[in-house]
Amino acid sequence: MSVAKPAAFGDATAIAALVASGDRTAAAVVDDHLARIAEHEGDVHAFNLVMADDARSAAAAVDEAIAAGETPGRLAGVPVAIKDNMCTRGVPTTCSSKILEGWEPPYTATVVDRLVAEGAIPVGKTNLDEFAMGSSTENSAFGATKNPYDLDKVPGGSSGGSAAAVAAGFAPASLGSDTGGSIRQPASLCGVVGVKPTYGAVSRYGLIAFGSSLDQIGPFTTTVGDAALLYEVIAGDDPLDSTASPQPALPVSSKLDAGVDGLRVGIITEMAGDVIEGISGDVLARLRAAADALAAAGAVVDEVSVPSTVYGLPAYYMVAPAEASSNLARFDGVRYGLRADGTNTAAMNMASRTAGFGPEVKRRIMLGTYALSAGYRDAFYGKAQQIRTKITEDFDSAYENFDVLLSPASPSTAFALGDKTADPLTMYLNDVCTIPSNLSGHPAMSVPFGVGDDGLPIGVQVLAPMLGEVVMFQVAAELERAGA
Amino acid sequence: MYTTVDRGPDVHEPSIPDEWELVVGLEVHVELSTNTKLFCGCANAFGAEPNTNVCPTCLGLPGSLPVMNGAAIESAMRLGRALNCTVSPSIMARKNYTYPDMPKDFQTSQYDQPTNHDGWLDTPEGVRINIERAHIEEDTGKSTHVGGDGRISSAQYSLIDYNRAGVPLLEIVSCPDIRTADEAKAYVSELRGIVLALGVSDAKMEEGSMRVDANVSVRPRGSDELRTRCEIKNINSISSVGRAIAHEANRHIDLYETGERPIQETRHWDEEAGRTRPGRSKENDEDYRYFPEPDLTPLVPTAAELEAIDASLPELPGAQRAALAEAAGIEPTEASLIVERGDAGFALDAIAAGGDGARVVVHLNNNLAGGVGKLTAELFAGLVNMETAGELSSTQTKEVLAEMVETGGTAADIAAAKGFEAMGTGELDGMLDELIANHPDEWARFAGDDEGESKKMAGFFTGQIMKATKGQADGKVVAQLLNSRK
Repeated sequence: MSVAKPAAFGDATAIAALVASGDRTAAAVVDDHLARIAEHEGDVHAFNLVMADDARSAAAAVDEAIAAGETPGRLAGVPVAIKDNMCTRGVPTTCSSKILEGWEPPYTATVVDRLVAEGAIPVGKTNLDEFAMGSSTENSAFGATKNPYDLDKVPGGSSGGSAAAVAAGFAPASLGSDTGGSIRQPASLCGVVGVKPTYGAVSRYGLIAFGSSLDQIGPFTTTVGDAALLYEVIAGDDPLDSTASPQPALPVSSKLDAGVDGLRVGIITEMAGDVIEGISGDVLARLRAAADALAAAGAVVDEVSVPSTVYGLPAYYMVAPAEASSNLARFDGVRYGLRADGTNTAAMNMASRTAGFGPEVKRRIMLGTYALSAGYRDAFYGKAQQIRTKITEDFDSAYENFDVLLSPASPSTAFALGDKTADPLTMYLNDVCTIPSNLSGHPAMSVPFGVGDDGLPIGVQVLAPMLGEVVMFQVAAELERAGA
Repeated sequence: MYTTVDRGPDVHEPSIPDEWELVVGLEVHVELSTNTKLFCGCANAFGAEPNTNVCPTCLGLPGSLPVMNGAAIESAMRLGRALNCTVSPSIMARKNYTYPDMPKDFQTSQYDQPTNHDGWLDTPEGVRINIERAHIEEDTGKSTHVGGDGRISSAQYSLIDYNRAGVPLLEIVSCPDIRTADEAKAYVSELRGIVLALGVSDAKMEEGSMRVDANVSVRPRGSDELRTRCEIKNINSISSVGRAIAHEANRHIDLYETGERPIQETRHWDEEAGRTRPGRSKENDEDYRYFPEPDLTPLVPTAAELEAIDASLPELPGAQRAALAEAAGIEPTEASLIVERGDAGFALDAIAAGGDGARVVVHLNNNLAGGVGKLTAELFAGLVNMETAGELSSTQTKEVLAEMVETGGTAADIAAAKGFEAMGTGELDGMLDELIANHPDEWARFAGDDEGESKKMAGFFTGQIMKATKGQADGKVVAQLLNSRK
């Protein structure tokens, strides 16, 4: 059964225009969306928490400000859903983990502050794979999220709740985080636009870390234009994040209508069917169709090898768990969240972590601890960092001859719930096309481009050089026009 | 509190048998007295109500991120350069271990690329101790274990104050170049002097803003082997540095001499009992799983920044001692106390104003321990001149000096007000005539061949004259008169 209805009440740009002009109140917009959530959330389970009261009062405040003659924000009255690993002051933030039981952050993530400052209205905290570790949103302590296009299928992950919320029309926009594909893969599976910006383009302050050197926040929307709008709101320097790029948000809306005439587009050979196995035929067919569409619009399309991307997956499963093992050490039962009984401090730490973390999180903490341990660090973590450098170099040399690269975002369309939970390795392979960009820090996004043999959405991934978001959005906009 | 069955309090530093040699390296943590903490804007202040100087970052709350405090880096580099270190581009690293007072359950520190490395420190006695590294890291919170023996293992519960969490530290790691307990004390004391001269910390061992851990081992004298070492923690004063090291060395020697061996472990110095006690065993050396801190960017000082750092360094204690020694005609070690008290500049000014160097040093060492008060270098020089000219006896000088410190008056005015007038030799001659007449036996013993007797009687006559003049006679003049009549 499908409950998909992206942009059920108009896209973000349209809503903001209506609210700003006074043709529609933010209160009415929010009520519409809360009603839709009430109707279908039971089927989809996109949210860990629906913030109905908070959303209504925020909407009233936006309406009052506009009535008082204040300049409306760029997202005035736009409902947004926030992945539940981003801190919201006074609102439970769980990472879909029992370990954070009862914790309410005393501060708000920079990205959420920036959305709210432009008039956006958070309507809820969305479900995810626990601590963003997973590709199906089945690793949640609070139950799986369903794909709105087919409720028997996964929405992808780890930002499955945020992708599903947009696909189901619960909100025209949402925020996700992408450590190895956690925005782009669920965007592909849920038929929405999903962007992973350049590492550092968007502040991570308030994002509960998984792999700090890989994590990046980005938007889900139904249109490329909305994604550009959200990007311009959330991106830009933040004194609270030392790894943030010291510059304002890139003007990614500026070239959405510029077309692609003369742009050089490279299809990544390794992800086009022959080298990396397991990418399904219908996905590859949509990739070719996208390339053809760009060529028809005047782009110069060719294939290009980025050889070291084939080592992305193993390198990622050293680096990300290593950082996670350290980032998640603080969940020890001492200061916040779940505390289980123990006869002494060490026993209490162990009991709390045993009870609080799910199996995938434990698996990655152990993997990461091992990868960093004395005697193994050079062979595992050290080698992975070398591969990482190589992947970055390979991408950079590809970009000497190409403006953007093209690949699948996910190897397949949405798969059945429970299908891949038995074998972690099978699950990990979902991110084979997306991981290299996290390792290199380059931006990439998934744009819906038709459906597969099963009628479910397929996204195409557009990749760009460091801080190359303007041309990335430019190409994505062309794909959107061609696919429409 | 503890059951101690063996040695009782052991106030003095035990001596080391000649056939053994100490091998000691010191790790000194210095809290940098920046306005704010290392990674957040919280106040870096000692003594506030518990858990009031805290925020999401220094509490390590989920989602929080560190931002490097530039002032802490500058202090760290200044101290590094003052210790003759090379300052290199560096990175922060995570040292992973779990403890309740460490909010993130890892310490943000430095590992294989520290900011300062390969320096040295010369003790006042001229012993050069090489410094391996001086790296930046954050402090932990402070635990108070309630119940049991005060350690976490036996406590009923623990209280944690996170005010100290995230306070910037510089950890200065010496090479194992220290060979005696005295050298260790001299190293710590000199390091403290340098820190104070730079103004980068108040370096109070009793408040924990300077903390010393000692890695101690021994070996037969003449050997160059490195034997099993123990790390001694909880050393709370400079004198304890010497006692703890000497005590631990003797413990090792006792073990070797009875056919046993020490095991590598962390031990705690017990100040009251005067002994070290075993702490956590280091046999299973904890694996800290260091890796580069992904939330911070590398620290890369520019050449201009490094030049500015060097230019900002004040004259350090070693140079101050040398300058004062030269000006006053004394040994550099004799200038230590004055330099330590921060009075070297005052001493040099007083000498430049014409005061006799030796007397300036004597008065500063012995009579001005409480500070110079309202005394200026010029006034001080004036007093010293009256003293060396014989216008004031040393006792009078001391009395006048005390008042000058209080009031800032001139030596001449205060001496006049006290009725301290130079006593002419004529007057003293007369008094001496009378004394000799009244004490013929004593005079004979003074004038005799027995040197001991003579000395004794010189003291007797001097004392009588001092008594008669109420201490206003100049002792040196009296001695000259006595000897001229002998």
